[in-house]
Amino acid sequence: MEHTTLQATDATILFAGDSGDGIQLTGDQFTTTTALFGNDVSTFPNFPAEIRAPQGTLAGVSGFQIKFGSDEIHTPGDNCDLLVVMNAAALKANLKQLKPGGMIIANTEGFDAKNLRLAKFPEGVNPLDDGSLHSFKLFTLDVTRLTKLTLEGSGLGTKEIDRTKNMFVLGFIYWIYNRPVENTIKFLEQKFAKRPDIVEANVKTLKAGYNYGDTTETFMQRVQVNPAKIAPGVYRNINGNPATAIGLIAASQKSGLPLYLGSYPITPASDILHELSRHKNFGVRTFQAEDEIGAICSAIGASFGGSLAVTTSSGPGIALKTEAIGLAIMLELPLVIINVQRGGPSTGLPTKTEQADLMQAMYGRNGEAPMPIIAAQTPSDCFYAVYEACRIAVEHSTPVFFLSDGFLANGAEPWMFPKADDLKPINTNFATGIEQGQKFLPYQRDEKLARKWAVPGIKGLEHRIGGLEKEHETGNISYDPDNHEFMVKLRAEKVEKVADYIPLQSLDNGPEKGKLLVLGWGSTYGSIKTAVIRALAEGLSVAHAHVRYLNPFPKNLGEILNNYEYVLIPEMNNGQLVRIIRDKYLIAAEGFNKIKGMPFTSEELFNKIKTLT
Amino acid sequence: MSTTVEELLAVAPLPEAFTAKDLVTDQDIRWCPGCGDYSILKQVQTVLPELGLNREEIVFISGIGCSSRFPYYMETYGMHSIHGRATAVASGLKATRPELSVWIITGDGDSMSIGGNHFIHLLRRNFDVNILLFNNEIYGLTKGQYSPTSERGKITKSTPMGSVDHPFNPLALVMGADGTFVARSMDRDPIHLRTILRRANAHTGTSLVEIYQNCNVFNDGAFEVFTEKSSKTEETLMVENGQPLIFGAAKDKGIKLDGFTPRLVSLADHSADDLWIHDEKDRMKANMLTRFFDDPAKEEHFPRPFGVFYQEDRFTYETELNLQIETAIATKGKGNLDRLLSGGNVWEVK
Repeated sequence: MEHTTLQATDATILFAGDSGDGIQLTGDQFTTTTALFGNDVSTFPNFPAEIRAPQGTLAGVSGFQIKFGSDEIHTPGDNCDLLVVMNAAALKANLKQLKPGGMIIANTEGFDAKNLRLAKFPEGVNPLDDGSLHSFKLFTLDVTRLTKLTLEGSGLGTKEIDRTKNMFVLGFIYWIYNRPVENTIKFLEQKFAKRPDIVEANVKTLKAGYNYGDTTETFMQRVQVNPAKIAPGVYRNINGNPATAIGLIAASQKSGLPLYLGSYPITPASDILHELSRHKNFGVRTFQAEDEIGAICSAIGASFGGSLAVTTSSGPGIALKTEAIGLAIMLELPLVIINVQRGGPSTGLPTKTEQADLMQAMYGRNGEAPMPIIAAQTPSDCFYAVYEACRIAVEHSTPVFFLSDGFLANGAEPWMFPKADDLKPINTNFATGIEQGQKFLPYQRDEKLARKWAVPGIKGLEHRIGGLEKEHETGNISYDPDNHEFMVKLRAEKVEKVADYIPLQSLDNGPEKGKLLVLGWGSTYGSIKTAVIRALAEGLSVAHAHVRYLNPFPKNLGEILNNYEYVLIPEMNNGQLVRIIRDKYLIAAEGFNKIKGMPFTSEELFNKIKTLT
Repeated sequence: MSTTVEELLAVAPLPEAFTAKDLVTDQDIRWCPGCGDYSILKQVQTVLPELGLNREEIVFISGIGCSSRFPYYMETYGMHSIHGRATAVASGLKATRPELSVWIITGDGDSMSIGGNHFIHLLRRNFDVNILLFNNEIYGLTKGQYSPTSERGKITKSTPMGSVDHPFNPLALVMGADGTFVARSMDRDPIHLRTILRRANAHTGTSLVEIYQNCNVFNDGAFEVFTEKSSKTEETLMVENGQPLIFGAAKDKGIKLDGFTPRLVSLADHSADDLWIHDEKDRMKANMLTRFFDDPAKEEHFPRPFGVFYQEDRFTYETELNLQIETAIATKGKGNLDRLLSGGNVWEVK
């Protein structure tokens, strides 16, 4: 049958189903294939905290949204063009995400009486046949039956056959968007290398799904999204957590310091531990500690010994590490503390994203305990931002906070990855020895106010450090009032001095002077960028700056802020950067806050920008 | 690439022999006069030069408490960390620098209250470190609250009506956490303490030495019955590998195993050959020995054992960790950063 093909510059698909339906895997596969095809992509996995939430219920719905296009893509899309639902609950939970007139592909088996009841549809109501979806293009598929037919005689049991049904859907979606199936076949062959029968079944189902599109008598419009006109170069697909892990290894390789990770599993940071433990051939030592405190303290021990030491966690774990962070500040040893933020407070929303730990990073310690903070803004930027965190930690002998979040951690985008040779060098600051008769002064400082790194094993540098207040230069315990005030100010000055060694703040978009500056940080980057580009296209006087260095700020930030009548600070929290900016620069910055465990849509931001310009 | 630690150590000056005097720092010692810590410091400083270690490769790591001031008085590398965490700090150091001689100084509160978790996990992982657990059965630095090893009913500032806590039996806890070297000594017996320190250092794996240490300000005399000449021989059992369990001023008492039950016997009517022969490799017996934990005021009670209860050769965490790295390099080749950056699944945009 002939099918019409629609040309589109971008498309957004939302895959949704039970958390056991293989939704994340389906989404990942579509993402990789689409990236390899040459589109720019951005993804947003959204899943429940429970590993296997009750089947068929609204609480158990897992989603994966991907936007891809032939132009640059900065967000996973506000609303979707195509909603793929494996059951009634998935439809109910996500229908509001579908654009008017958008397409729904529904698995009819997921709309039987039981599923409808679990999704809390009224008795006797099935949205697939009561006309309530008339304003959308509805396409129903009996995936379960089609999969069974495909694998008839395969010798596999019902359960195993049933598990391949996501491949039928994926094959069908590949057909709609005219994507090759080969990449997924390669993936299946690797994943199930030990079970050739499972590989065969999945490949057969995948192809059946694709062919179903070709042969079905039903009207179906295919969509063509051509490869993107993005900067020439070699690309790969990357998620935030692996990018963070690779960034750490890169910093280790470039500095010559062995990498040590002390960590305790926590959502959504654990994937960094998983990724790093796979790369032991880079000399990476990973230590799954007994708790969060053990994790960071072991990292402090490793740093004392001369390793590039890192600890990874999320908000609740960071809270537990707090005392040890203070110790690292006092010891003035390099340490990178990674917080992949999630919804809080307390256990909060483990699998949802939020930016609510900025104040914790900035102020959340006893005593005067400042430290540098760097935040990543896109999944691939996690690589560069964590690399910078390592550089500052090592070159300035200080713990450094690296802030990521759940959205960056699990989101993906194409990445024109750098060459190892092109990465900035990281210079170590080791004490190498001492002249005969001289006394080693562990707290003597260089022009950065950094102290030397004196690792055990070197004769003549024997010294003691600890959490008690240090005497200037000697590092001996001191309770002297003047010394304490001096040291508090010196440690603060040392952190401020980092500003001399970081790039100036630049504008992402918009005029150098104007009516409104949208100032963002972290993972809101893509949404703000998309909204500001649109506002600029409509002739509004707006610019966008995105702060990566949150402590200290770039030296020209104040100057930039003063070039606009209004400063708007969108954050996925109840107003944190906005308070720091008001405090530091005494300007009437306005907050714009979303605290729903979900990223901003560019539409929300655009509308807000419009009201202020 | 800048200087690496390996390069740094390769060009470092050669080690020299050192004496106890070389281990003394220029810092004034702040322990109370008469504190048991002085003796422990002295024995450690005496023993270390005999052990064939390089001074610059010795690291003392402590937590918080009176005993944790120890590193400031040792002219070696040292870290006075935070409360309860010396074990965790030492784990990271030893994992990354296995050649160092790492000594953990901790107290009963530091290791078993606030730091209980790291303490037991270090023991099961069996890092090759030495833990000197100064047990004085009291909180000294915070001025006299009961500790997790204080006896039930102890009257302190925080327990005016007596503590209702059942105390830890530290060595039973250590056995429970699968410690591989379990020993007890005391501040008042320098010769014994030095012997045990040498043994601790010689053991590959976590060496745990519980040291009965008198806090003469807040818990004076807690161990008097074991340390005073008048009662020591009757109340203590000095265990030695391969030797029968004999004690008493006249060496006239022994301990015999009656099935699984230890019995106090008199050598007047028992031969030494019938007695329990101490075997450091016997986990079951060591477990029982740790349970010789009676209140000495009780009518019929076992003497308190001192010496090496248990010693086991078991793989250490750092050896296995570093072996995995060697294996990974041998099988996959040394990591190539460019290959890691590209990830394998790439496409080109022209």
